Amino acid sequence: MPLKPNKTPMPVQDSKERIKNFNEVALGYSEADALKEAERCLNCKKPLCKQGCPVEVPIPEFIQAIKEKDYEKAIEILKSKNNLPAICGRVCPQENQCEKYCVMGKKHEPVAIGRLERWVADWDLNRKKEVKSIEATKGKVAVVGAGPAGLTAAADLAKMGYKVTVFEAFHKAGGVLVYGIPEFRLPKEIVKREVEYIKQLGVELKLNFIIGKTKTIDELFEDGYEAVFIATGAGLPRFMNIPGENLNGVYSANEFLTRVNLMKAYRFPEYKTPIRVGKRVAVIGGGNVAMDAARTALRLGAESYVIYRRSEKEMPARLEEIHHAKEEGVKFKFLANPVEIIGNEKGEVIAIKCIDMELGEPDESGRRRPIPKEGSEWVMEVDNVIIAIGNSPNPLVPRTTPDIETTKWGTIVVKNEDGETTKEGVFAGGDIVTGAATVIEAMGAGKRAARAIDQYLTNKKIM
Amino acid sequence: MYRIIRKKVLAPTMKLIEVEAPDIAAKVLPGNFVILRIDEKGERIPLTVADYDRKKGTITLIFQEVGYTTKHLGRLEEGDALLDLVGPLGEHMQIEGYKKVICVGGGSGTALLYPKTKAFYEAGAKVLTITGARTKELLILLDELDAVSDELYVTTDDGSYGHHGFVTDILKELLDKHDDVDLVVAIGPVPMMKACAELTREYGVKCIVSLNAIMVDGTGMCGGCRVIVGGETKFTCVDGPAFDGHLVDFDDLMRRLSYYKKHEEEVLSNECCSGGECKCH
Ligand SMILES: Cc1cc2nc3c(=O)[nH]c(=O)nc-3n(C[C@H](O)[C@H](O)[C@H](O)COP(=O)(O)OP(=O)(O)OC[C@H]3O[C@@H](n4cnc5c(N)ncnc54)[C@H](O)[C@@H]3O)c2cc1C
Ligand SMILES: Cc1cc2nc3c(=O)[nH]c(=O)nc-3n(C[C@H](O)[C@H](O)[C@H](O)COP(=O)(O)OP(=O)(O)OC[C@H]3O[C@@H](n4cnc5c(N)ncnc54)[C@H](O)[C@@H]3O)c2cc1C
Ligand code: SF4
Ligand code: FES
Repeated sequence: MPLKPNKTPMPVQDSKERIKNFNEVALGYSEADALKEAERCLNCKKPLCKQGCPVEVPIPEFIQAIKEKDYEKAIEILKSKNNLPAICGRVCPQENQCEKYCVMGKKHEPVAIGRLERWVADWDLNRKKEVKSIEATKGKVAVVGAGPAGLTAAADLAKMGYKVTVFEAFHKAGGVLVYGIPEFRLPKEIVKREVEYIKQLGVELKLNFIIGKTKTIDELFEDGYEAVFIATGAGLPRFMNIPGENLNGVYSANEFLTRVNLMKAYRFPEYKTPIRVGKRVAVIGGGNVAMDAARTALRLGAESYVIYRRSEKEMPARLEEIHHAKEEGVKFKFLANPVEIIGNEKGEVIAIKCIDMELGEPDESGRRRPIPKEGSEWVMEVDNVIIAIGNSPNPLVPRTTPDIETTKWGTIVVKNEDGETTKEGVFAGGDIVTGAATVIEAMGAGKRAARAIDQYLTNKKIM
Repeated sequence: MYRIIRKKVLAPTMKLIEVEAPDIAAKVLPGNFVILRIDEKGERIPLTVADYDRKKGTITLIFQEVGYTTKHLGRLEEGDALLDLVGPLGEHMQIEGYKKVICVGGGSGTALLYPKTKAFYEAGAKVLTITGARTKELLILLDELDAVSDELYVTTDDGSYGHHGFVTDILKELLDKHDDVDLVVAIGPVPMMKACAELTREYGVKCIVSLNAIMVDGTGMCGGCRVIVGGETKFTCVDGPAFDGHLVDFDDLMRRLSYYKKHEEEVLSNECCSGGECKCH
């Protein structure tokens, strides 16, 4: 059979329709699509794709199982390494991971590994099955934060036979997956079902419970937990410290997205949390968060602009999201940086003043540094400004646990890959260690920590 | 579940509920607050912990019915439960080290003031308390405050009870009379707190206020509760809610509080009613 150079296309909701709703944009492969795409995989002897996967999913093996129509086996292989495949299949930046290394990608388009992962995971979610909870015989472990890092560690520890409790500050588990990433990219039903799976493994979820407030880490040890995994994420919004940031109508991306996603403000007044967007919205930033905010604003009826200080090439957002945003009509102002937000006499935003930028020499991040062009200021009328320039680590736990060392950026210091902190029996991983990163890296950290905690507790018992 | 085990109507639009929440009761200190959600579609709203019983594992909340959520909350009865309750949040108040304190409460702010008044009193400070409301019917917690104050003054705007006028009238009198006051704590509507801050500034007396910024998460995650204090942006939920009144930009706070006015009205008007079976009026 001749080799197909291109990926099997992903069916999507039409862009004119989808900007009027919050339903998922990418509709997922059909079985026929999945089989067709699986055929493209060369089943390489040395599968480079696998090296690009932070949790080492046996990629050719699961694709092989799809080819054989043994989906049961495919999901089993996937789940041997990845507890949240339906989520990863949707939000992983595959172009920088597995697919970047795929051998097919050298000459043609790489195999659509992410889409295949998503298809198998959805197949699995849509069938009735029983998950046997594993008997917990090996002691109690506490996990702080129910984002991808925490959930992964909890699932792995439960599978190893630990009694695991996850403490989560919000009233829903999922972390950024539920409060940050919008419904149209990751349906909350999917997150809920994957969380359900983790509960079925025997993991206990304590929601509305803030470590550092409701209880401290030390008190968890007093309560009989023998090890703690901290996965509290990077949930603190950064502002730009420019004039006008406190005006009515300026949101942090976190507030904007939390109101819409977690609190369902897009269904106001049925849901009681309000959100206010005017005719035109400016989103500052160029990452996934900025794309999500811009596309959300669009769906709430606004004309939506992304203002980014470098050029399109440097944008850190996933390719697919940039592509979808453009299709939907989000407009981009590259090489521009806000210097002031302008308000009216009522204190409401009416405009944003920006300055043009040019790219200079590469900085520490390896990307060319943006430099303001003097005298190039311009003003654009807007009703809202959403600031999506990044998040800092959550300080609640470090602040109340002085013996956990942190860096000057507020991330938790770990001694090694396993996430061991400076406090005995306490491990940390995900965004709280790395700073804002990706779902799969957070999951990878969760997996390594679970293994390390098992090791630590086993050693402790032998001694 | 967070079951309501006691309910008391303090004034027509002011209710007290005692709620089972052992984890929070074990940890809470004066000045802390909680965030609650009544049901699946509900908003997250902050309320100060007015009192607590560590042994029983309960906390007491006192709230004024001002909008959709607080009105709904007011309709819950003993035996009903809240869907979510998280806390204790915020920095608790520094109580130790003061000799003479004036506590000023306005309207529902009096409820927020009560736990602090009690704490100062129990810590051995001399406590002079002023509470005020628009009219007699809206005065709350008079007996409770009396029990934890050395002197209690009451004002009403319409003169229906106590001093005819504002809490600041009495505050001025007291500041004139006592030159050894080391702290004024003022909690109530923003204009009242602003007035207290201005007055105490003239006398050079420290004034702590408790800000009611609009909140979502209460953990420093959304930045929605930001206020300007001393020219810097602070997050009310983690840096406060209590701040030095002389440094707070009250006009900024007032403006931010009005941002959702239209939405709030919409939610209320959608809801009902002309005093029908929903009992919201
Ligand atoms: C809008 C947005 C879009 C994104 N899009 C993508 C994407 O497309 N692809 C991708 O790979 N990555 C994306 N990311 C990044 C990714 O979501 C994060 O890197 C990842 O979620 C980090 O996982 P985590 O488990 O470390 O933390 P989080 O997901 O942040 O979870 C931390 C959890 O801990 C809880 N918590 C915090 N403090 C406490 C405490 N003291 N006690 C109890 N609980 C606490 C929080 O409430 C939260 O639920 C996006 C991020 C955002 C904000
Ligand atoms: C730290 C803190 C402690 C508080 N403690 C008490 C208390 O002990 N007793 C009490 O009666 N009230 C207290 N409040 C105020 C209380 O949270 C609001 O009255 C309540 O949220 C109003 O909700 P609603 O739906 O009934 O009214 P809405 O119709 O939504 O709003 C009415 C007014 O309440 C304010 N408000 C609305 N939403 C919020 C929100 N999410 N957070 C804060 N304010 C909001 C706005 O100023 C608004 O104009 C406190 C507020 C804060 C920030
Ligand atoms: S590198 Fe590409 S072609 Fe080779 S096994 Fe992995 S997915 Fe298949
Ligand atoms: S309520 Fe979100 S940061 Fe304070």
